[in-house]
Amino acid sequence: MKYAFYPGCSLEVNAAAYDVSVRAVARVLGVELVELDDWNCCGATEYFSQDELTACAVIARNLALVEPSMNQLTAPCAACFLNLKKVDRLMAEHPDLGGKINEALAAGGLHYDPGRVRVRHLLEVIHTDVGEEAIKAKVVRPLTGLRVAPYYGCQVVRPYKDVDDPEYPVKMDELFRWLGAEVVDYPVKSHCCGGHMTQISEPEAFELIRRLLQSALEYDTDVIACLCPMCQLNMDAYQSRVNGMFNTSFHIPVLYFTQLLGLALGVPEKDLGFGKEIVSAGPVIHAKLAAC
Amino acid sequence: MAERVGVYVCHCGSNIAGMVDCEAVARWAKENVSDVAVSRDYKFMCSSLGQAMIEEDIRKEGLTRVVVAACSPHLHEKTFRRACSNAGLNPYLMQMCNIREHVSWVAQERDPATEKAKSLISAAVARVKRQEPLEPMKVGVNPRTLVVGGGIAGLQATLELADAGYPVVLVERSPSIGGHMAQFDKTFPTLDCSACILTPKMSEAYQHENVTLYSYAELEEVSGSVGAFKVRIRKRARSVREDLCTGCGACIEKCPRKVVDNDFEVGLGYRKAIYMPFPQAVPKIPVIDRENCTWFQRGKCRVCEKMCQPGAIDYDQQDEIIELDVGNIILATGWKLFDCRKIPQYGYGRLANVFTNMEFERLCNAAGPTSGKIVLRDGKTEPRSVAIVHCVGSRDKNHNEHCSAVCCMAALKFGHLVLEKTGAEVYSFYIDMRTNQKMYEEFYCRLLEEGMHFIRGRVAEITDAARMPGEEGKLIIQCEDTLLGRQRRIPVDMVILMGALEPQADAKELGLKCGISCSMAGWYTERHPKLDPVATMTDGVFVAGACQGAKDIPAAVAQGAAAAARVMGMITKGTVEIEPVVASIDEEGCSGCRICNNMCPYNAIEYDAGRNVSRVITALCKGCGTCVAACPAGVITGSHFNNEQIGAEIEGILWDARAAAGRGAAAAV
Repeated sequence: MKYAFYPGCSLEVNAAAYDVSVRAVARVLGVELVELDDWNCCGATEYFSQDELTACAVIARNLALVEPSMNQLTAPCAACFLNLKKVDRLMAEHPDLGGKINEALAAGGLHYDPGRVRVRHLLEVIHTDVGEEAIKAKVVRPLTGLRVAPYYGCQVVRPYKDVDDPEYPVKMDELFRWLGAEVVDYPVKSHCCGGHMTQISEPEAFELIRRLLQSALEYDTDVIACLCPMCQLNMDAYQSRVNGMFNTSFHIPVLYFTQLLGLALGVPEKDLGFGKEIVSAGPVIHAKLAAC
Repeated sequence: MAERVGVYVCHCGSNIAGMVDCEAVARWAKENVSDVAVSRDYKFMCSSLGQAMIEEDIRKEGLTRVVVAACSPHLHEKTFRRACSNAGLNPYLMQMCNIREHVSWVAQERDPATEKAKSLISAAVARVKRQEPLEPMKVGVNPRTLVVGGGIAGLQATLELADAGYPVVLVERSPSIGGHMAQFDKTFPTLDCSACILTPKMSEAYQHENVTLYSYAELEEVSGSVGAFKVRIRKRARSVREDLCTGCGACIEKCPRKVVDNDFEVGLGYRKAIYMPFPQAVPKIPVIDRENCTWFQRGKCRVCEKMCQPGAIDYDQQDEIIELDVGNIILATGWKLFDCRKIPQYGYGRLANVFTNMEFERLCNAAGPTSGKIVLRDGKTEPRSVAIVHCVGSRDKNHNEHCSAVCCMAALKFGHLVLEKTGAEVYSFYIDMRTNQKMYEEFYCRLLEEGMHFIRGRVAEITDAARMPGEEGKLIIQCEDTLLGRQRRIPVDMVILMGALEPQADAKELGLKCGISCSMAGWYTERHPKLDPVATMTDGVFVAGACQGAKDIPAAVAQGAAAAARVMGMITKGTVEIEPVVASIDEEGCSGCRICNNMCPYNAIEYDAGRNVSRVITALCKGCGTCVAACPAGVITGSHFNNEQIGAEIEGILWDARAAAGRGAAAAV
């Protein structure tokens, strides 16, 4: 299984744990990730509100960089994934826009035909392409007894409905069940984490984060599993600020789903970026998994 | 002698003339198509004036063939055939040419549409000249009728026919007749007890001298055609002999195996491994659920056998196949409930106190699992607030686009029952209130008076994630109140989801057996949505009740009675005319290879061993043409669709290609 790989900026710095764990897990599962040569920032959510054409062209450049021999591109970050998928769709649905984007790309000697590359989120690649059988066969350290709350957020499952159920996604739930974890079926798993709202208005953003942590707590969660650097950052890095604002005492580790997957596949913790999270996951994981 | 063909081009108001230049087409036919003696266009050819025009031309112009270019033959073939008959022309010498559905309604440009109309008329003229006079066959109508489905629609049809003195065979899939109505507590808007009005009909049907009931049975196969169908019914093994069982219930009482009843009690109650679906079941004969019976699963027990005084328990009973002749078939197979788990954000199956409408019917029912007490899933706590969510799986592009027609009224009924029995606050979350039948709007007003709360907006989610004080431990309904123009969160103890009415899962399969089609959604297609709502495109097959589309009890009953009336009309007339479009075998050329015998889907070809030839049983032949194509010797002819006629039609449709070929383009072919 071979995929073009778009890591995105977050994975270089704040989501370094995601980066190392994605690569480690891919190696074990036999998924070959070919990183795009000279990829650029996807512009996140902000660029679209500034200038649509430039925003699209910046994203389309990455699609154009996918080698002709490959037709699938995977991204671990939810925002990068959605941007890449969205621009591919926009170019197909609006040939005028597609033409303008290709004019812009031509300045760099590039060209992209919409539909040439299928954009996949990493969760789809692991859940659907690798699949239950192959994953179960490689589990050496089941996550038995660990209560994992999968958190999907918005951008992987909406607005496009073909990845999972857009209102109540289940693919990460299934993955963790294959790994032997106790999956927390809590009601807010696809509610918004606030995204970049922390930079604009903390009270609003923190209230959104509080709701997620509160529900996870009520459902007796050991660890929250994320598939997006933004979601992870919000719930992890701002957890103590949320506690301060609402007089709560949340202490819930927030990890990337690939870190827990790697653990189950027998990858050593040090190779999965453990310890980079702010609310430390070590104690609860060691306590729960040692007990079995 | 050359034929004299009359061509009649209908404008159909502007339906055809809006896209096709009818006048030009008529003129063109007269000038360019050979043997056309008369060609006219007219505003409405189906009007009495239009028909009179054709009749007059036949008489005065000596027409020997007629082509009517108008709508689909489904609509007016009979009309124009009758006109020809009136003027002394054999009706099978008239050919219809569909320039409405096949041309004007689907074309976007006038010129190509007009050209296409010309081609079709050219084809029809070429064909009609080779048509032969035929005489329709008359077949006697067997007065016995098969009714499939013993819900309220099927029961109504059964009783109407039986009371009129005609024999009826009623086939019901489950162990008892009664259908969904037997599960309900009250019926809207009168709030009369559902069982009280239903059970008399059930026992009447069972005891009626003209009714034969096969319960726990399914229709397996249908052959033949109107007036003379042959049907095969599989009567599943009950493991209880109906002729011996007295319905005393001792077997049920002593059966040691208790299982969750996912059918009648929709998972809220229990039944034994030997059971009757409900106390008033008809027939009052139990059935052994072999999947759960200790004897069938582990080879031990036989308690029911010991308890049965008349010795009616029969563990070795096999399915029984019953073959019958019937004249007509009424399908009244009903509906199934939408699986509310398909909308996971509403929490059904995950949040304990989210119920479906059918669960709530059982909860309210005095004969139900809680003896009619409205309580939460714990079986004891009375709710202090209840939310009723409308349109769950209905009016939703992700699931069913249709309106389920009964839910608004059922929701009002539920609201009334909750208010009456518990005094809880009741909130209805609706998109539009649809209460447009007799006394329905009045019932809505009554509930407004009684204090039920109405919030207009589709529910976004039902969650147990409390956000604000007062929400802890509750189910919170998140919804945009579109009248207030703001988001609201209503915490409640209990939620009732008004799940959609959907076609039965095997509706298409059964429809196929009977030769009728379904809409995309799976509802049976009626012959005409307004003017012929219980007949189907297959003569002798009728539909009634919710299998034709979601509807409430009064509408289902009306259709049941209507279907019965249609059947009675056929029986009273005594005979039906059958299209003489059948196959015939030239026995001189038949080698007796019998290939056609097995190909015929209607078993209409018999083999005469003495003479070593095959022969078509005309009464059974549907004129499908399969044998015509299959015969290796080419000695089977399909009347009205013979090779010469079809060849001429193709040649006719290609009139312009031949002209082009004449100019030298033939080399390319």
